Amino acid sequence: MMAKLLRQPWVFSFGAAIAVWLTTIAYTGGQGAGAILTAALSFATFTIIVGLGQMMVITTGPGNVDLSIPATITLAGVVAMKVMDEDTGRMAIGIVAALGAATLVGIFNYGLIRLLRIPPIIATLSSSFLVLSTAISYGRGIRIKPPEPLAEFATTRLFGIPIMAFAVLAISVGMAIVLSRTVYGRSVLAVGQNSRAAWLAGLNVGRTRFLTYVLSAFLAGICGILLSGFSRGAALNMGEEFLLASIATVVIGGTSVAGGRANVPGIWGAALFMYLLVTMLNTFGASAGIRLILTGLMIIGVIVAAGGEEQR
Amino acid sequence: MNRRLLRQALPFLTLAVVLAATFYVQPRTMSYFGLNLMLQYAVPIALATIAQMFIITVNDLDLSIGPFVGLVSCVGATLLLDNPLLGILALLALIAAYGAIGALIHIRNLPSIVVTLGLSFVWLGIAVMILPSPGGKAPDWLKALMTVQTPWVPFPIIAAIVIGVVVQLALMYSSWGVIARGAGGNPKALSRAGWSMLKTKVVMYMLAGFFGVLSGLALLGLTTSGDAHVADRYTLYSIAGVILGGGEFIGGRVSPLGAVVGALTLALAGSFLIFLRISPDWQIGAQGAILIIVLALRALVTYGEQKR
Amino acid sequence: MSSHAIRLDGVEKSFGAVRALAGVDLTVAAGECLGLVGHNGAGKSTLMHVLSGNLTPSAGTLSIGGAPYSGSWTAAAAQAEGVRCVFQELSLCPNLTVAENVRIVHRSLKGLGWKNRARALIRQKLDEIFPNHGISPDDEIADLAIGQRQMAEIARAFTVTDGALRLVILDEPTSSLDAVTAQQLLAYVKTETARGTSIILISHLLGEILSTADRIVVMKDGKTVADRKAADFTRNSLVAAMGSEAREHRRGEARKASEEVMVRAQPRSGGTASLEARKGEIIGLTGLAGHGQTRMLLQIYERRQAEVTGKLAFIAGDRQSDGVFNLWSIGRNITTRSLSALRKGGFIDLAAEERLAEEWKVRMAIRTPDVDNNILTLSGGNQQKALFARALASDAAIILMDDPMRGVDIGTKQEVYAMIRAEAEKGRTFIWYTTEIEELTHCDRAYVFRNGAIVASLGSDELTEEKVLQASFAEHAA
Repeated sequence: MMAKLLRQPWVFSFGAAIAVWLTTIAYTGGQGAGAILTAALSFATFTIIVGLGQMMVITTGPGNVDLSIPATITLAGVVAMKVMDEDTGRMAIGIVAALGAATLVGIFNYGLIRLLRIPPIIATLSSSFLVLSTAISYGRGIRIKPPEPLAEFATTRLFGIPIMAFAVLAISVGMAIVLSRTVYGRSVLAVGQNSRAAWLAGLNVGRTRFLTYVLSAFLAGICGILLSGFSRGAALNMGEEFLLASIATVVIGGTSVAGGRANVPGIWGAALFMYLLVTMLNTFGASAGIRLILTGLMIIGVIVAAGGEEQR
Repeated sequence: MNRRLLRQALPFLTLAVVLAATFYVQPRTMSYFGLNLMLQYAVPIALATIAQMFIITVNDLDLSIGPFVGLVSCVGATLLLDNPLLGILALLALIAAYGAIGALIHIRNLPSIVVTLGLSFVWLGIAVMILPSPGGKAPDWLKALMTVQTPWVPFPIIAAIVIGVVVQLALMYSSWGVIARGAGGNPKALSRAGWSMLKTKVVMYMLAGFFGVLSGLALLGLTTSGDAHVADRYTLYSIAGVILGGGEFIGGRVSPLGAVVGALTLALAGSFLIFLRISPDWQIGAQGAILIIVLALRALVTYGEQKR
Repeated sequence: MSSHAIRLDGVEKSFGAVRALAGVDLTVAAGECLGLVGHNGAGKSTLMHVLSGNLTPSAGTLSIGGAPYSGSWTAAAAQAEGVRCVFQELSLCPNLTVAENVRIVHRSLKGLGWKNRARALIRQKLDEIFPNHGISPDDEIADLAIGQRQMAEIARAFTVTDGALRLVILDEPTSSLDAVTAQQLLAYVKTETARGTSIILISHLLGEILSTADRIVVMKDGKTVADRKAADFTRNSLVAAMGSEAREHRRGEARKASEEVMVRAQPRSGGTASLEARKGEIIGLTGLAGHGQTRMLLQIYERRQAEVTGKLAFIAGDRQSDGVFNLWSIGRNITTRSLSALRKGGFIDLAAEERLAEEWKVRMAIRTPDVDNNILTLSGGNQQKALFARALASDAAIILMDDPMRGVDIGTKQEVYAMIRAEAEKGRTFIWYTTEIEELTHCDRAYVFRNGAIVASLGSDELTEEKVLQASFAEHAA
């Protein structure tokens, strides 16, 4: 049982997160242990949302990755703030508009990949340039606050736990069910292992990829809306850090970069680990350079410890 | 057969079109100095693209090349200037580090994207520690080299041709290059024939490190001072350059000449957009659009080839 | 020079708990063609990997030219000693040209002009083994048809530069070759052994082994169980030695076909004749390998210019690239084609899924203790059975088969043939591309393909090797 548990790839990411947290509170003498966790849960949820989308994309096979997530987050944030215009009554329409814009990005991404036969990494990179330009042009010079209920939702806590974390937990559970119990989820796993075999086994490869890129963009849209609620407005660089973060959480969390194997709990462990790591280094008073180096070494360390892909 | 030729020619045609469009919009660029000015930054981009190409040849991807180039520029502007011997040793150590990473990735069978993602933080961290803010000074010989006035043909063009041809000969025509590309095409077949995949991968990573160092030094010669963040975009440029040049992510299909041409195209596209006076908001978007158009053309050619 | 080229004594190899080789003694004389037969999982492939230096045995010694080999027997050492192997999966780099692939096995091909030497080397060998091969040394492997790739790889194994050629292992060399090129190869094997090279020939086609080999070794459960001159074996005694009885598997009298047409399609690749398959029929597609049969199946599968009434399922021949999901259990591999049918309220019913997998494990006699084990724990033949189960367990009325018996052992084949017949009786339609003319005896009718077009339609009483070959070559003979 224990041995079986230890073979689960996500155990490493949770173990690493706990170790880092314990080191931090050992250093502070137990002070702020709870506060650190609360903050970690708040910040990690954003990474988890986009991480789930990135996970689905990466699982559809080698070469599949969504580099347009940061631009989509920004676009969704800008659209939401501008449509809502600080008016609580316009919140619903703002959310719909933002998610609609994000969905369009997903459709565009898939269109590039499918119709123009462009490798996904280049397709999503090119489209992210266009999306970012759109966001910059549309949201030029604006500084609009989110409507109060949205800001409240993004920041309220229940027993010290942000309610947003509960919402994201629900999304995560849903994603795990989708993966194991729906034809779409199974198709994602099958296509990731061998897309030709999946096609010959009667699965709809095109629809699976399409839904996956749209799903990733949609989740980035949710992240964009929540993030602008959380940080009291949208900013043109708000998505930047999520490019590397989304990829890093997916892989540290035990999802196979070769495709075909996804891991939802691992996303949580990895996202918490990455946030707690930065917290720990800040607590130690490390300089920016040291912080970067250690972050990098930790990412490499975790992937080395978790082991590579099995030979296929 | 014609379509295959056409596909191979596509990177060159793209460059010609972008060049012609630039000349049309801004005829003054059609001169020795105009070309020199527009293309000088293409040299470090081309070198970084070649570095990326070596990694892509063995089916890996290097997400750390940008920060690495930035780190080299910081080392060059400080250590290499103050103590040339120590500076050279440091740069050699960086190349050795690349080789070690290649060995680690191969032995533990790790996903290169993740390892190099982590590595990008490491390079950036070291660079920030050396130069917390942009500064230092490029060695004079480096500045002189990068701004040399060659007769008739501007230096960047000569440099690009030399880089492309040398790497093309080594990778596409030499007996060693066959092994390197074979390692990307069918690694199992290679080890069955008694070749060491470990050695091959380490050599390819060290070559990538070597060209990364050249890229950083070339960039330093142009900017004249070091900056940890100066080349953050190079990671994306280098990947886009390899693909624009006709390379593929998997299967050891790359083209060194194409990669250099792809890098030149990317560098030119930047100048072209400035000449077009496109609103700054849309400049980055227009770059994305160019990338999409070129790749769409290639898809069209390839599609026709398959349909035949 | 000793009389034996290579000798193994007491070689053992285990993978975890599985004992793949349980003390094998094997001697190959110089200039001898040794036939090696055995079921899938008998240990042939493991033995060949040991001989070629790709696997280190757990115990045992290897002697070369009469003396025990000192030092470690690696792939590089095997190359240097003139031991070559043509593996079942192709060992060519698809992104390189034929000549460049020659360079990979010849370290001495370097320096100026290496490419011209490589070109001459492979061109000369291809001409010698496969006259009219139509392959240029500068062709990229990816652009060649599968049969041509196999020809290139075989020719490469026989090229000589610095060291002498001692032993060439051919593991199922004819699996992707058509009848003519297969004959060319077998004829060349005799020429080459006459020159003193030893050859180990592994094949499931017993006729090939019996006609070509000088001596035949039979393997079973990781050991050699018979070792005699080829002339002392008959087809039946060979099969008996492998451990399964030879059965006459000719079909009974032709059944009365249903009138209901399930598929009607005309090959897009050429010709005016079209294919027709009725309910409950087993239709064979034959002719030389790679003459449009697979394309025909895919055309039907995609329903492009094909009238198809009923659901389709496809059974791939190339397990690794077209069939198996490596990360999944046997059960999940079986149920993939039936996921939509297993839904209850939008979600896959896991209990029903498990039942379906269990049922088909039993019906196909897949040899595994647990369907939750990974698919790769199965031998190749049993993996193929799982792929059959995937198609047969589905709601498909028409089953397309793309030469699915490639490299499958005789015992498994017999079981699957029986299954196909039983399913056809129940009203399923099978369209079956096969490269083994013997298998056509199970078909009600067969279409012969040449250059992408259907050139003949043969009834069950006409399905003889002679007739098929006649139709395949009609034009060439003229």
